[in-house]
Amino acid sequence: MHYRKLIAMAGYKGRAQQLLKAASVNVGDRIKVEDAGRTYEGVLMPRTELGDSNHLVLKLKSGYNLGARIGTGTKISLLEKGKPPKLEVPKLEIKPDPSKPNVTIIGTGGTIASRVDYRTGAVFPAFTPEEIYSAVPELAEIANIKVVEACNVFSEHMTPELWAKIGGVIAKEINEGASGVVVAHGTDTMAYTATALSFTLKGLHRPVVLVGSQRSSDRPSSDAALNLISAVTVAGKSDIAEVCVVMHGSTEDDFCLIHRGTRVRKCHTSRRDTFMSINDIPIGMVKGRELKYFREGYKRTKPKSKVTVDGKFESKVALLKVTPGMSSSVINGILKAGDKGIVLEGTGLGHVPESLFAGIKRAVAKRVPVVMTSQCLWGRVDMKVYSTGRDLLKLGVIPGEDMLPEVAWLKLMWALAQTKDPKEVSKLMKSNLAGEITPRTRPDVFLKPAFAPTP
Amino acid sequence: MGLDYEKLGLRVGFEIHQELNTHKLFCNCPSKLRDEEAPLKVKRRLRPTQSEMGEVDRAALAEALKDKGFAYQLYPESICLVELDEEPPHPINEEALDIALEVALLLNAKPVDEVHTMRKIVIDGSNTCGFQRTALVALDGRIDTDGKSFGMPTICLEEDAARKMGEGTEYVNYRLDRLGIPLVEIATGPDFSDPETPAKAALYIGQILRATGKVKRGIGTIRQDINVSIAGGARQEIKGVQELSLISEVITREVRRQIALLEIRDELRRRRAERAEKKIINVTDVFSGTKSGVIRRMRGDGGEVLAVRLPKFAGLLGKELQPGRRLGTEFAAHARIYGKVGGIFHTDELPGYGISEEETARLKRTAGAADEDSVVFVAGDKERARAALKAVVGRANQALQGVPEETRRALTDGNTEFMRPLPGAERMYPETDIPPIPITPARLRKIKLPELPEKQRARLMERYKLSRELAERLVLSDKLEIFEKLIARTKADPTLIATTLEETLVSLRREGVKVENIQKNALAELFTRVAKGKLAKEAVPEVLRLVAQRIGVQEAVDKLGLTTFTRPDLKKLVTEVVASNRALVNERGMEAMGPLMGILMEKVRGRADGKLVHELLQRELRKVKK
Ligand SMILES: [Zn+2]
Repeated sequence: MHYRKLIAMAGYKGRAQQLLKAASVNVGDRIKVEDAGRTYEGVLMPRTELGDSNHLVLKLKSGYNLGARIGTGTKISLLEKGKPPKLEVPKLEIKPDPSKPNVTIIGTGGTIASRVDYRTGAVFPAFTPEEIYSAVPELAEIANIKVVEACNVFSEHMTPELWAKIGGVIAKEINEGASGVVVAHGTDTMAYTATALSFTLKGLHRPVVLVGSQRSSDRPSSDAALNLISAVTVAGKSDIAEVCVVMHGSTEDDFCLIHRGTRVRKCHTSRRDTFMSINDIPIGMVKGRELKYFREGYKRTKPKSKVTVDGKFESKVALLKVTPGMSSSVINGILKAGDKGIVLEGTGLGHVPESLFAGIKRAVAKRVPVVMTSQCLWGRVDMKVYSTGRDLLKLGVIPGEDMLPEVAWLKLMWALAQTKDPKEVSKLMKSNLAGEITPRTRPDVFLKPAFAPTP
Repeated sequence: MGLDYEKLGLRVGFEIHQELNTHKLFCNCPSKLRDEEAPLKVKRRLRPTQSEMGEVDRAALAEALKDKGFAYQLYPESICLVELDEEPPHPINEEALDIALEVALLLNAKPVDEVHTMRKIVIDGSNTCGFQRTALVALDGRIDTDGKSFGMPTICLEEDAARKMGEGTEYVNYRLDRLGIPLVEIATGPDFSDPETPAKAALYIGQILRATGKVKRGIGTIRQDINVSIAGGARQEIKGVQELSLISEVITREVRRQIALLEIRDELRRRRAERAEKKIINVTDVFSGTKSGVIRRMRGDGGEVLAVRLPKFAGLLGKELQPGRRLGTEFAAHARIYGKVGGIFHTDELPGYGISEEETARLKRTAGAADEDSVVFVAGDKERARAALKAVVGRANQALQGVPEETRRALTDGNTEFMRPLPGAERMYPETDIPPIPITPARLRKIKLPELPEKQRARLMERYKLSRELAERLVLSDKLEIFEKLIARTKADPTLIATTLEETLVSLRREGVKVENIQKNALAELFTRVAKGKLAKEAVPEVLRLVAQRIGVQEAVDKLGLTTFTRPDLKKLVTEVVASNRALVNERGMEAMGPLMGILMEKVRGRADGKLVHELLQRELRKVKK
């Protein structure tokens, strides 16, 4: 959290705020709090959102924080005005090295590097190249870094408009000569943004790498530095002309995997190696700043081309996870809300209970495309094996092959922005546009042991 | 040697770390140590975070320079993703917090209104996150013992670190079983000015902790860190003193070390020594044909010999700082830690190690060393040797200033060894994953306080009629629990049991008897015999001597021929003795009691109770007189 923001939203409410105001005390000041024969002395700290409104947070000389309860007789007095925390970073003399690739890091709101002010506990995110270099000095050995901010939102607040905006910044940077682009992104919706960019960036001829961290960069055990070093390596040195995600490949700090943007999924709420390629193997890995490719099939970089952004999305598309006994009223509700497309996350090979048939029929009749994917995640839908599947095909459901449900959802949003013709939509949905569909299912892609996963 | 500690300005404080007997502090894993080989291992690295100055913390940087990875041993059955730093911490263990509050109240400390968990940067790998979670629970504790009063400014609840299981060249091995076990940390102020009182105070705090009945017992479950400084010296944090008996020795030896370092500083100043330069000189050629096996071995294939000159250090590296540890030993510790080398050589110890006089002279010449200078050299991998020598130069330059502030490890003999520079004070920031916890008066009211040592003493005196001294000793030692159990089980005389535990066993140990072999069951069996009159209490030490050799109680009694006289047998013996001393009895009448008692006790030798012998003899004499 930025310090200036911290002061503004010091978090004190009600009586605490009144008392502090009356004593002309601000966060960062050294104060004395007296109550019922007890005295605390320390620096006033911001109040966390998790805390109640009747305690003041003080940092003692020992470095510990404590909460001082505000009672009826509490007296606050100012001992010393606080000094504003220092924001400068050491002056780094970094000259662009023409022999190194130019990599642009695009910020979207997450922090990839940060510094901690142990005096106040504030965490400063690194914004400028100097700040990023000083936090992760290894980057200077790999590439000339430029930093651009595209937006500033938490990953869960990402929207189709922002995808287009990020896409625009990427296109601009590459067209202006960047060897590759790194997009710093929160991990929650990183895979969605990667998929969206995969469909929207046309003529992409340089690497676009999304990166983030599962352990915040203010802790010594953070995965951020290795992820960032690996991402910049891929952006600056690889020949992958695709949108990909580069994150820890194991729970150890030894390598990162390069996942294709349309194949990757966040699979664990908290582990470092949360990202996995589903139904496909990763494109490769980065270990000790060395690139290793696992496969032949990926788009190669080209020296020159022009990237354009086709960033239109139909935002009214529903993704529905099918459950046993689910009623058609759910689909009716979706249609009533005006959604223009529906992706079903069916059971097994791509099935739904008969109770949903009526709803599906109504959707197709209203020229609302219905795409089938599987909640198994791994494997391909096949609606010809059982009669339910054959019935669904007859109803006009579009089989989503081995696409991930959320990838199919995004693709349908994109396709509906291209054409309203259900036949055209169906054609687009069934063709592989950005690696989201593979014609053959590899035998080596189902899960992986959680430990010792060295590929 | 007698040191005038007051004159030296000795200041001592200590921290006690006590493991609590509950599950882990921030997850639901059991606080259980494991001995079997770990089924899984995870390797990690840590990066120092930057402080507000854009600078890396001093201690953090030192650890990072060592550039080692960490290999964590884990047991899926009792270690979860929290210890592995792959899942955010769960809410704090409320039971542990209550125990910490109980301890705080017993130490007359004032619990804080609201507990805030902090992250304390620790980058040696012993915490997978790179920080230790710690929370201030109470302030300003104070206790009076032995007529002395001392303060405990802070009482904290924190998580224990992972266990270090050894160190390879690439990785430091840690076992995650201990990581996260709740600890209460009690820190005294630097209030002590002699080496003896801190040990007594630590013992007393330990007693209070055990009085709660909620702390772990056994080796490693309570650890002391000691802070020592003298005037003109510097504060040292000495880690991991596991035995109370070592505390005063550690302090005494640290004082000696600081005095010696100050003498070295004064000598260097007298010699007008200047700072040594980090100028590393390649002296491989000097040793190209060396007969020194150790140099050849350490150099290995493709290794080199590098050297630095330490101006005006001649003779000082051999100066003893602590018994068996010289200034050179300190330098070697820095070289080992920062350069990962096995050791260093220096010209103060040459000729030696098979290094010839000629080689010594050439070495000095190549290094440009005058007679007043010392040359330190390292054989082996070039990069490591270079890092090692740079560390040596750094430490040598600190010697010009006197005593550097350090974190040191306590060794088993009371000496200490360099671990890392003392970390700066500001390396804590809030643990945002744990919400603050208000400590309400209602919560504090629910905490039931156990009996305190003074009360225990009074109870022992009243209930068991123990002497004040014996009661005091029981309370201060860790034998109170077994004492009360033995009374309940055997119904033997409490004073006998207490004396056996507190005096007999202690003096047997002093004689070299392996009293640790004496099990509680053997004691119970022994006291039961005494209680039933089958064994004289005088025989207890002799029997224990054999029991300590892993001999059963029955066998020991048989072996010693200590089977007690039955009353009739004893009566017979008394009659015999009186008969054979008829003349004495006739001459002195009842006055003969004294000498006859002596003869009888000599004969029964522990196989009969003295009181009974006395009674029977008295009766016999009266009979004879009639
Ligand atoms: Zn756990």
